[in-house]
Amino acid sequence: MATIEGSMLDFRQLDLLAAQDTVIHRLDARAKVLVVLLFIITVVSFGRYELSAMVPFFIFPVVMVVLADLPAGFIVRKVALVIPFAAAIGIFNPLFDQEIRLSIGSFGISGGWLSCASIVVRATLTVTAALMLVAVTGFTAVCGALERLGMPQALVVQLLFMQRYLFVLADDAANASRARELRAFGNRGMGIGPFAAMTGHLLLKSWERAERIHMAMLARGFQGEFYLQRTGAFGLRELLFVAGWLAVFMILRFTNIPLLIGEAVTRLFIAQATIP
Amino acid sequence: MSHHIVAADRLSFSYPDGTAALRSVSFSIHHGESVAVIGANGAGKSTLLQQLNGYLTPTSGQVRIGDFPVTPKTLHDVRRTVGMVFQNPDDQLFMPTVFDDVAFGPLNLGMPTKDVEQRVTAALDTVCAGHLAAKPPYRLSCGEKKRVAIATVLAMDPAMLVMDEPTSGLDPFSRREVIKLLNEFSHTRIITSHDLDMVAEVCDRVIVMHAGEIRADGAAEDIFADAGLLASCRLEPPFSMQACVVCAKRGGQTS
Amino acid sequence: MHMADALVSPAVGGTMWAVSAGAVAYSSSRLRAEVDDRRVPLMGVMGAFLFAAQMINFSIPGTGSSGHLGGGILLAILLGPHAALLAITGVLIVQALFFADGGLLALGCNIFNMGVIPAFLVYPLLYKRLAGQDPGGTRLTFAIVVSALVTLQLGPFAVVLETLFSGLSALPFTTFLLMMQPVHLAIGLVEGVVTAAVISFVYLARPELMHVARRTAAAMVFPMRNLLIAFVCAAVLTGGVVSLVASKDPDGLEWAITRVTGTAELTSPDTKLHMLLAAIQEKVAFLPDYAFKKPVASEQSASARAENRGTSLAGIVGVGITLVLLIVAGALLKRGRASL
Repeated sequence: MATIEGSMLDFRQLDLLAAQDTVIHRLDARAKVLVVLLFIITVVSFGRYELSAMVPFFIFPVVMVVLADLPAGFIVRKVALVIPFAAAIGIFNPLFDQEIRLSIGSFGISGGWLSCASIVVRATLTVTAALMLVAVTGFTAVCGALERLGMPQALVVQLLFMQRYLFVLADDAANASRARELRAFGNRGMGIGPFAAMTGHLLLKSWERAERIHMAMLARGFQGEFYLQRTGAFGLRELLFVAGWLAVFMILRFTNIPLLIGEAVTRLFIAQATIP
Repeated sequence: MSHHIVAADRLSFSYPDGTAALRSVSFSIHHGESVAVIGANGAGKSTLLQQLNGYLTPTSGQVRIGDFPVTPKTLHDVRRTVGMVFQNPDDQLFMPTVFDDVAFGPLNLGMPTKDVEQRVTAALDTVCAGHLAAKPPYRLSCGEKKRVAIATVLAMDPAMLVMDEPTSGLDPFSRREVIKLLNEFSHTRIITSHDLDMVAEVCDRVIVMHAGEIRADGAAEDIFADAGLLASCRLEPPFSMQACVVCAKRGGQTS
Repeated sequence: MHMADALVSPAVGGTMWAVSAGAVAYSSSRLRAEVDDRRVPLMGVMGAFLFAAQMINFSIPGTGSSGHLGGGILLAILLGPHAALLAITGVLIVQALFFADGGLLALGCNIFNMGVIPAFLVYPLLYKRLAGQDPGGTRLTFAIVVSALVTLQLGPFAVVLETLFSGLSALPFTTFLLMMQPVHLAIGLVEGVVTAAVISFVYLARPELMHVARRTAAAMVFPMRNLLIAFVCAAVLTGGVVSLVASKDPDGLEWAITRVTGTAELTSPDTKLHMLLAAIQEKVAFLPDYAFKKPVASEQSASARAENRGTSLAGIVGVGITLVLLIVAGALLKRGRASL
């Protein structure tokens, strides 16, 4: 099945990007997790009709992509694929909110279209930030950071185990799924019956694998306690990184820079036009 | 200290559903011996291995590892003595990176971090995998995984190695690397495998199992010479000891 | 059913984060107290299993469309509520980070809708009662189908409420509800049938697996009520505090600031009044008294609309220029790094 392998490939690629060595990659994971969360909270704190003031926030992904040497095309493609889902409900806004909020000449733009566009911009910003977090940090490091920020160890261990066996089980699922399709001949073999047997089988195999892993853990002295390595320190660079971005976010949150620029420019043109 | 490192005494085991997997199995293994346990699928090899580090508890009979009988109380020491390498390295490598995985055992034994690092590096160097330390296990090749799985056990400095199918699923070159590695060890080794040519190269002694019983226990060359015994246990002599199929075919065509 | 950050307000996102974090913390501590360390790899592998299984499609009879497993109830039955909650949470975190399926701020909502609801509400309160002690055959199927149906009604209902309270969607409550609930009735039915089929497959092959979950579930019954009360308190508290903080800015403070910085030079008498109103509002906005603030705000928005005609052009020009600047900045930075 193409989609299983395709999405696992994306997964792998994002994790590979995290193995790079740049200024951003070298920062402690906690700093990056914090900044991305601050970014998302600041962006979603805008009012529903706000549009122009959100645009400067693209500075964050742009700077991060460049400094961390991420392939911009890859990120843009991934984000573009997700936006329709992230913004789906916003599509209905123009239907229900038709009050004119903005007009350019004789053109009136309703609140619905405005808030719908606002949702799309929000989605783009937040989705980009979330994807970037893994690409500049790596999943394991994000988990480590979350643990050090107070996430229960049980959940951290859960995430680490899950990520490890995702690849193994996705392979199993893809194989089983391909074997089913090859013998399905149309839709007859794709129903709930074969699916349940196949999934049940996959479940049993997974369960037995978990039993073998447990055996392997016991064989190496596991007694219920996990020793996770804690690497990296939250130093001055991390502090500056967080404080710097926080300052940028706050400035952008409370001053509408595009509006200021736009007013300055339009006034200039009007002034010129009126002189002769 | 006894001169036997492993002694099984009339060991029997039945699974909860009633299947008798081991029937009164007895044998003993000396320090430094390299022993293969061979047998057809379902002969009880894997069940036997799981008795050796106490994962399964015998229905009757007893296993002794060094000075201790295997009981719930001695499990910790038993597992320190017996290093177990599983057939599927994906089951054994579960930590985020190769380094973390090799460190898992020593950390569980309560060693200080500095010693752990030394041990991990030494173990990885032994299996020529030092360069893989930072990699996540899912990005290793099968051969690399098998070697790292061996390193995870070596890092605990066990007195004996128990390996389930160490060469299964490997390409010829990786298989050769593993065989070389196995021959370098001075540990007591217990190996199960269907790769009888590997067994012939690595082990001096062979135990043949069939239907949960030991059918034969002796020097490798004697066992492999007994075609009748092997056939009755659904086995064959190693390919290297069989008449050359390719030559026979070629001979048939020319005559 | 994954909610994205774009549709969640900080108040709703924060509240649901607090609720879900509480539930996850509670489950973690319960699991830690249990001695059974077999669970550690089991939960991880079952999380990965759910993830893989969700990627396999099946065709739904009579519709021509295809569906996939949700798995909340399945995991609750197999692993017990605490382990199931952590496993589902793990799946949701991975989906949010790697596939941007559901946002990070919306994670709290998603954990609640797809994890807390099946594991902490439907499983103990409904499934356990319907299934009884040692279910089999028809009774088990019935219990599973009903549980899945209820889970997939409560989940979307929570989505509707969370979206509406966030205030970004203009969909009216009833319209949204009518969009979500009937569809999920069908989805729930399919989920129930599929879950029941998978469970009975497992039950036939390895009946002893089902007992693992049963043991922990028994210990779950008592603290349920306390837990619910704690949830409600946490939700009300955080929701109250967060929305109090959030209410300060959108129409109050921000308005005042753009007024002062953006249009200070315009000198029609109309705008002088504005300045005055803005100044008043700046003072008033920090008081949570809406009766005070409302008339001021509405008066302002009437004149604001007239103002908008002037600023909208400026806004569009400004956005264009900002975007160009961003692209140029990015290109320059990139070239600067390449030449290093």
